[in-house]
Amino acid sequence: MIDFEPTPEQQEGIEAAHQAAKELFRPVSRYYDEHEHESPKELIDKIWDRRSDIAFSVGLDPAAALRIEELCWGDAGLYLCIPGPALGGAAVFSSGTQDQVGRFLGGFNEGGPKWGAMAMTEPHAGSDTASISATAARDGDEWVLNGEKIFVTMGKRALEDSDGFVVVWATVDKSAGRAGMKSFVVPAGTPGMRVEKLEKKLGIRASDTATIIFDNCRIPFNNILGNPEVKKTETKGFRGAMATFDATRPIIAAQAIGVGRAALDFVKETLGKKGIKIRYGTPRQKLTALERDIMEMEANYKAAKLLTLRALWMMSQAQPNSLESSMAKTKAGLAVTKITQKAVEIMGPLGYSRKHLLEKWMRDGKINDIFEGTGQINMLVTARRVLNYSRDQLK
Amino acid sequence: MISFSPTEEQQMIVSMVKQFANDEMRKIYRECDESGEIPHNIIDTAWKMGLISNNIPEEYGGFDGEHSAITGSLIAEELAWGDLSLAMHILCPALFSYPILEMGTDTQRKKYLPLFCDDKFKTATAALIEPYFDFDPYSLSTTAQPEGNEYVLNGEKCYVPLAADAQFILVYAAENGNSQGFIIEKDTKGLDIGERENNMGVNALATYELSLKNCRIPKEKRLGGSDGCDFNRIINYSRVALSAMAVGVAKAAFEYSRDYAKERVAFGEPIASRQAIAFMLAEMAIEIDATRLMAWEAAWKLDRKEEATKEAYLAKSYADDMAIMVTDRAVQILGGHGYVREHPVELWLRNGRGFTTFDGMAIV
Repeated sequence: MIDFEPTPEQQEGIEAAHQAAKELFRPVSRYYDEHEHESPKELIDKIWDRRSDIAFSVGLDPAAALRIEELCWGDAGLYLCIPGPALGGAAVFSSGTQDQVGRFLGGFNEGGPKWGAMAMTEPHAGSDTASISATAARDGDEWVLNGEKIFVTMGKRALEDSDGFVVVWATVDKSAGRAGMKSFVVPAGTPGMRVEKLEKKLGIRASDTATIIFDNCRIPFNNILGNPEVKKTETKGFRGAMATFDATRPIIAAQAIGVGRAALDFVKETLGKKGIKIRYGTPRQKLTALERDIMEMEANYKAAKLLTLRALWMMSQAQPNSLESSMAKTKAGLAVTKITQKAVEIMGPLGYSRKHLLEKWMRDGKINDIFEGTGQINMLVTARRVLNYSRDQLK
Repeated sequence: MISFSPTEEQQMIVSMVKQFANDEMRKIYRECDESGEIPHNIIDTAWKMGLISNNIPEEYGGFDGEHSAITGSLIAEELAWGDLSLAMHILCPALFSYPILEMGTDTQRKKYLPLFCDDKFKTATAALIEPYFDFDPYSLSTTAQPEGNEYVLNGEKCYVPLAADAQFILVYAAENGNSQGFIIEKDTKGLDIGERENNMGVNALATYELSLKNCRIPKEKRLGGSDGCDFNRIINYSRVALSAMAVGVAKAAFEYSRDYAKERVAFGEPIASRQAIAFMLAEMAIEIDATRLMAWEAAWKLDRKEEATKEAYLAKSYADDMAIMVTDRAVQILGGHGYVREHPVELWLRNGRGFTTFDGMAIV
């Protein structure tokens, strides 16, 4: 039955996430935007104490998107600081064995706060993930990793501030192309791995974005996710990476939606205080330009949200969702960009000023149109799927 | 529990309607658009699917199914994918019967609902739109003035589907500034049905202007009697129907232009293998899906008897923009071939443009 209502239990989780966003994130939102690279230690401890409330590890379903929306309504950068296995966890879940899931994720909610991260991008390979140049060479019972990874979200917290891990994508056989691409779990503290630098960014400044160097970094043989063998015709490793995207793209979309709603709420609240009502139901030709803008923003928010819920619902039903995930990500990236930029415009001096959070939301929101595949890459994936074209048929 | 899966029963209805749209409507729609005529037999075949009588309680002769806006929007999408004119014709009696079903008095339900449970198509319609650029369903120029035991109706209506053949017309008019429905029978004095209209699109659908001059009807002919009707809810039903129909039209145009782009070769490759074309198609697909989900959400709220004005309105305005964007791009992808009537995309563009105008011309 078509239904848009979360269960009462899910609703509680969503409300708890909203409370956490309001009480923990919003009061320090501006501070950590202006103090980039300063770790919100106190906040993280508070989150850690309330982690059962925030309940982010319950699994990937539409309710997860609604919780993420609430948290990112609070602050998208601080959301990324929430301890957890994050994208690294998604990779372990989608490509790892049961033993590996237990080994790497088992104790994640115990002891002190920990983070997981994923290292895919390199200085010369972004969305073109098949051409990464980091290498993994087998040496007896170990793999030896070499290479440079950039844009690793929460890389520093995963590797320097906690006993977390990073999932690294590297090739075991360059001549094999995509078939040679594998992923490896590297725990914090492994010799030969170091955080080289932290990026200074347009937005989501509370979260760290690290460059990580692997210099003869040795890890146990069974830290490889998926099959270690290279068969030229088999691209399972690569497809593992792509399968991870099916899960992570709707999550990014949910983050986008949260930021978009923050901006929308602010605008509507401000207008409301002035007694300006948005007249839903009024014929278009009678609407003010302002009403048209707000309605367009709201409709885009809704469109992105529903596409996101659908993508995650399909995932929770074990239905293939690559198309729907990319659709959701494309739409949400566009929507948050449009909504937040328009909100800054509409609010004039309030929008542009750092006294309020609108300008920050515009900066924060933009990342969702970029990471986990830019809007263009997701449009390309969507196009290939709707046309039933291979990567060679549609470049 | 959030879910995007229609019930088994809904899936059965959808597959039946889909088949009808594909096997029957798609065979004749182009010809219907050119001639402006719809053969009776297809309307009768459609009627036999029981799409309207299915929702009428058994006591009135119906099949006792639940009247659901979600089911209605699923049906509307499939029919509009087949053809918008035909879809509007087939569903036209619902413009009269659904408001009676939902908001009619016992007497009104007893009198009118059984008429829609016959095996023959029963022509009835509703008149909402008025021939003014600033037409507003919430602020109608047509008036209903109470006088003793009667209402006196005055005003002009247009885009009234099948008015010439309709035995009953539900006319919406302002009573003290509030929009309400009034049941008017064909031979009522003062009711004048004009010539058939000619519009840019929906050419096969017969629509009419009508004028009401001191048209007197008994008081009990007001929809819902002394309680009146929840006009807002009727408009919301209509917005959901039109949103779903916009999805159907857009989907037809998308599929056709997608298939064309994969076949049409330029510079040695199908044009679909260029991002300029492929990205247009991707965006069309995204917006079609998004609109469908918005229509479903509004329908879901209506089915739960919740206030749905915002959802229905946003879905409809989004659908309006989506329909014109998608159908225009379909023409663009076919280029010169899209502009000639040998291909159907120009028809979908003409029909797609109409959604901003079609208030109240369909209902779920």
